[in-house]
Amino acid sequence: MEQPPLIVEIKDLSKSYHRNSQTISVLQHISLEIEAREFLALMGPSGSGKSTLLNLIAGIDRPDSGTVRVGGVDIALLSEAQLARWRAANVGFIFQFYNLIPVLTAFENIELPLLLTRLSRQERREHVETALHLVNLFDRKDHYPGQLSGGEQQRVAIARAIITDPTIIVADEPTGDLDRISAEEVLTLMDRLNRELGKTIIMVTHDPRAADKARLIRHLEKGLLQ
Amino acid sequence: MLSAILLSYSFRNLMARRLTTILTSLGMALVVFVLASSLMLAEGLEKTLVETGSADNVVVIRKGATTEVLSGITREQAAIVETQPEIALGAEGQPLLAREVVVLITLQRRGSDKQSNVVIRGGREQSLRLRPKVKLVEGRLPRPATAEIIVGKNIARRFKGCGLGETLRLGLQEWRVCGLFDAGNSGFSSEIWADVDQLMQAFRRPVYSSIIFRLDKASEFERLKADIETNPRLTLEVKREAEYYAEQSKWMAKFLRILGASLTVIFSLGAVIGAIITMNAAVATRTREIGTLRALGFRRRDILLAFLLEAALLGFLGGLVGLFLASFLQLVTISTTNFQTFSELTFSFALSVKIACQALAFSLIMGLGGGLFPAFKACGMNIAEALRAG
Amino acid sequence: MILQLKLLFKNAFRRKFRAFLTILSVTVALLAFGLLQTFIDAWYAGAEASSARRLVCRNSISLTFPLPLAYRDKIRQIEGVEAITYGSWFGGIYIEEKNFFANFAIEPHGYLRLYDYKLPADQKERFLRDRRSAVAGRRLVERFGWRIGDIITLRGTIFPGNWEFVLAGIYSRGTVDLDESQFFFHWDYLNQALKKIMPHRADMVDFYIIGVSKADLTTEVAQAIDQTFKNSLAETLTETERSFQLSFVTMSEAIIKAIQLISLVVILIIMAVAANTMAMSVRERTGEWVVLKTLGFGPRKIIVLILAESLIITLAGCIIATALTFPMVSTFGRTLRNYLPIFRLKREIFYFYLAASFLVGVVAAIIPACRAAKIPIAEALRRIA
Ligand SMILES: Nc1ncnc2c1ncn2[C@@H]1O[C@H](COP(=O)(O)OP(=O)(O)OP(=O)(O)O)[C@@H](O)[C@H]1O
Ligand SMILES: [Mg+2]
Repeated sequence: MEQPPLIVEIKDLSKSYHRNSQTISVLQHISLEIEAREFLALMGPSGSGKSTLLNLIAGIDRPDSGTVRVGGVDIALLSEAQLARWRAANVGFIFQFYNLIPVLTAFENIELPLLLTRLSRQERREHVETALHLVNLFDRKDHYPGQLSGGEQQRVAIARAIITDPTIIVADEPTGDLDRISAEEVLTLMDRLNRELGKTIIMVTHDPRAADKARLIRHLEKGLLQ
Repeated sequence: MLSAILLSYSFRNLMARRLTTILTSLGMALVVFVLASSLMLAEGLEKTLVETGSADNVVVIRKGATTEVLSGITREQAAIVETQPEIALGAEGQPLLAREVVVLITLQRRGSDKQSNVVIRGGREQSLRLRPKVKLVEGRLPRPATAEIIVGKNIARRFKGCGLGETLRLGLQEWRVCGLFDAGNSGFSSEIWADVDQLMQAFRRPVYSSIIFRLDKASEFERLKADIETNPRLTLEVKREAEYYAEQSKWMAKFLRILGASLTVIFSLGAVIGAIITMNAAVATRTREIGTLRALGFRRRDILLAFLLEAALLGFLGGLVGLFLASFLQLVTISTTNFQTFSELTFSFALSVKIACQALAFSLIMGLGGGLFPAFKACGMNIAEALRAG
Repeated sequence: MILQLKLLFKNAFRRKFRAFLTILSVTVALLAFGLLQTFIDAWYAGAEASSARRLVCRNSISLTFPLPLAYRDKIRQIEGVEAITYGSWFGGIYIEEKNFFANFAIEPHGYLRLYDYKLPADQKERFLRDRRSAVAGRRLVERFGWRIGDIITLRGTIFPGNWEFVLAGIYSRGTVDLDESQFFFHWDYLNQALKKIMPHRADMVDFYIIGVSKADLTTEVAQAIDQTFKNSLAETLTETERSFQLSFVTMSEAIIKAIQLISLVVILIIMAVAANTMAMSVRERTGEWVVLKTLGFGPRKIIVLILAESLIITLAGCIIATALTFPMVSTFGRTLRNYLPIFRLKREIFYFYLAASFLVGVVAAIIPACRAAKIPIAEALRRIA
C-alpha cells in the first residue's frame, strides 16, 4: 500500500510562557507527524499543553524553537500578514464555545472565511448552501447564534471550518460544552468529514467517547508526547 | 467587498448594544448641535447683512467712519457728490440718489424694562426706490413734512411705542407710526424710517450721515470711487452697499464662530471620553470574537478597520441627530446687539451645505477620536490569549 | 475598617482604564462649567465693579447723542451731588482696527477724584499739567510695549483725523476691579480742536459722571437731574453706574443666555455618561455583592460600600478639576485679555464642584446599590452560576 503524504511535521518543538520573571515551560522538544486524511485525537490532563500545541499547528501562536511544517510550509517563517492569509486558506477552526459572531446569521457566519477569498457573491452563496446542507441546518440559515442550541451552533461552526476547503481542521474540545446527544451529532459529522471528504482533523478532547471516533489517539503529559 | 460586510458588521454591533449606543451618540449629537448652531448663527448674521446691501447701490460716508451712525456729510459735500455723472436716473429723469441720516435711539423693549439701541433712518421716496426689498405691509407711507414714521416688522413687535398707530417721543416731538414694512431677511427689517428733513430738524443735526445712489453702469464704480476719494474738498469714502453691510457682520460673526468653536472643543472632550468608554467596553466584551476573527484569517488591519468603522458610525449617528435637531433652529430668530454697529439686529439661524458637511465631518472625527485607542487595543491582541478570554 | 477601605479602593480602581476615564469625564464636565461660569462672570464684571454711589447721565435719545457742556453747572447745584466729571467716547483706532481698546476724552480732575485709580504722584501731576497728554492702563501699556513719554497716535472714527497724545502716566487698579486696559486723555484737547474743525460738535459731552454724597440718595438725585432737563433740547437719562453698565450686557443677553443653557445641558449629558458607567460597573459585579451578603454584610453596609466607591471616583474628578481650574482660567484670561479685561475666578465655583460631584456620585450609585442590597441571596447565586 502506498504511504499517504505527511501533512503536519513537527520537529523538536518547544514553547514556554513568561509571566513576571517566571517561566512556565509548556511544551518540551516535541516531534509529531500527521498523515493526510488522519483523524487524530490529542488527550491529556488539564494544563498539559494540548491547546498550546494545537494553536502552534494552526498558526495562531509561535514556537520558541523547533519547526512546524503544515502542508510543506514552515509556518514559523511566515510574517504576521502571511500567516493570516495562510490560516484563511489552510486551517479550519472548531472551538469549544463555538465562537460564532453573535451579530451575524448562521449563513453569514459560515460565509465569513469566504470573504477573504476572491469568490463572487454567487459562488460564495453556493458554497455556503452546500455546507449548510452538509450540517443539516439549511432551514436555520437566517437565524442568529443566540437562536440556536449549542449543538446547532457547533454544527454552524463546523460548516464555517470546512467552507474554504482547508488543509487541516483543528478542533479544541469541540464537544466539551455539549450534552451527549449533541456531542454525538457533532462527532458523527466530523467522522463524515474525515471519511467521506477526506479531511485531516486534529482534535483535542477530554471525552473518551470522542476519542473513540478518532483513528489515532496521542497523549500529552507535562509537555511531553507519550 | 470586505468593507461592505465590515460596515454591516459594525452597524449590527452598534444595534446590538442599542442603549449604550444611543447614550453615547446623544452626547456627540449635542456637541454637533452646539457646533452647528453657532456656525448657523454666524452664517445667519452674515446672510442678513449681505442681503441688506444690493450690489449696484453705492454708499458714501465720511472717511474713517466705520458706520453710517458715526459718519457726517455736509450739505456742500452732498451737493458735490450729486453732480457725479455715473449716477443712474430714475423713470422721471431725476437721479436715483438719497441723502440719508442715520441715528441710534434707545428704546424700551416690550414686556421688560430693558433697553436696546435701534437704528432710525431718515430718507426720501428715493430711499425706498433704492431698496426694492423694503415693502409696506400695513398702513401707509409717511406724508411729507410730518412727524410720521414707518417701522420694520422686527422692531414693531419688540419695542414699546413701535406698533401701528402708536407714538414715540423723540427730540421733543411725538412721532406717529403710520405704517409697518417688511424687508425680508435684511437688516432694514430692524430699522425705523422717517423723513430726512424732519429727523434732522428734530435732532438738530446739520449734517447727513450717508448718500446712497445707484450706478448707471456697474463697471464705473472704480472710476467713481477714485473720483470722490481723491477730491480734496470731500473727505469721503465710497463703498458698494453690499460690501458696506458685509463688513458690519465681520467682527460679530468672527466672535460667534470663535465662541462656538471653543465651546465645541471643550464639550467634544467630554463626548470623546464617552465614546472611548463605550468602545473600550465593546472591545472588552468582544475579545473572544476578535480572537476568532483573527484565527479565521482576518488581518490586524481588518479588525482595526472594523472597530474604527464602528466608532465612526457611532459619531456619524450622533452627527446626524445633532444636525437634525439643529436644522429646526432655522425657525428661530435671534435679536441682539451687533457690537460693531451697536444697534439691535434680528436674524435667524441659517443652515448651509457647508455647515452640514463641517458638522458631520466633526462628528466623524469625534467618533474616530473615541475609537482609535480601543481599536488599536483590539487589533494588538494576541490571538491565543484573546481566544482564552472569558 | 482598614480592610474595608482597602476593598473600597481596590474595587473603585479595579478597571483602571474605565475608572480613569470616568474620573476624566467628571473632571472635564466640571472644568467646562468652571470656565463658562468665569466667562459669563467676566461679562458682568464691569457692572459688578461699579460703585452704587456714582450716577451716569446721558442723552435720553441714545448714547450717540451728546449733552451740552452747560449742563455741568446746573447738575452741580442739585442737592446731594458731591463731585462731577464728564467725557466723551472717542472711538479712536490705534494703527489697525484689530488693536481695539476703549479710549475716552475726559475731564481729568473730577475723573481722578471719582475713580480709585493708582497713578504715581509725579505722573498724575504731569498728566494734569499737559493738555496733550494721556494716561493708559497697565495692561494696555504692556500689550503695546509703550513707555512714558511715547507719542501715541489714534485715528478718529467719530472725530475725523489723526490725534497725537503723549503718554504721561500708567494707571493700575486700586482696591476695586477696574479695567486696566483703557486710555484717557483731556476732553479740553478734543474740544479745542473741534471748535476749529467741526464747531457744531464743540462744547458737547457724551456723559456726565456724578458722585453722590450718600448711597441712598442716588434715586432722588437721578430723578432731580432728569427733571431739570425735561422738555429741553437734550433730555437726560440718569441711572446708577451699575445699571448703566448692565444695560450694555443685557444687549447681548440673548447670546449669553444661549451659552448658559446649552452648556448646562451638555454638562448634564457628560455627567449622565459618567453616571451610566459607574452604574454599569456596579451591575457587572452583582455576584460579588451577593457573595458579600452571604458572608454576612447587611444591606446597609452594601449600599454604603457602593456609594463610597462611586463617591471616590467623582470626588477624585472634583479634586483634579479644582487643581486644573487655576491654570486653565489664567490661561484663558490671558488669551481673552483684550476682550474681557476682568477675568477672575470666584470661590463659589468650587462649592459647586463639590456639590455636583457629590450629587453625581450618589445619583449614579443609589439605584444599583439599592438593587444590589435587595437581591435575595438564593436567586442571585443562581444567576451567577
Ligand atoms: N498566555 C499564557 N500565559 C501564561 N501561561 C499560559 C498561557 N497560555 C497557557 N499557559 C499555561 O500553559 C499551560 C498549558 O496550557 P494549555 O491551555 O495548553 O493546557 P490544556 O492542555 O489545553 O489544558 P485544558 O485541558 O485545561 O484546556 C497551562 O499551565 C497554562 O497555565
Ligand atoms: Mg485547552
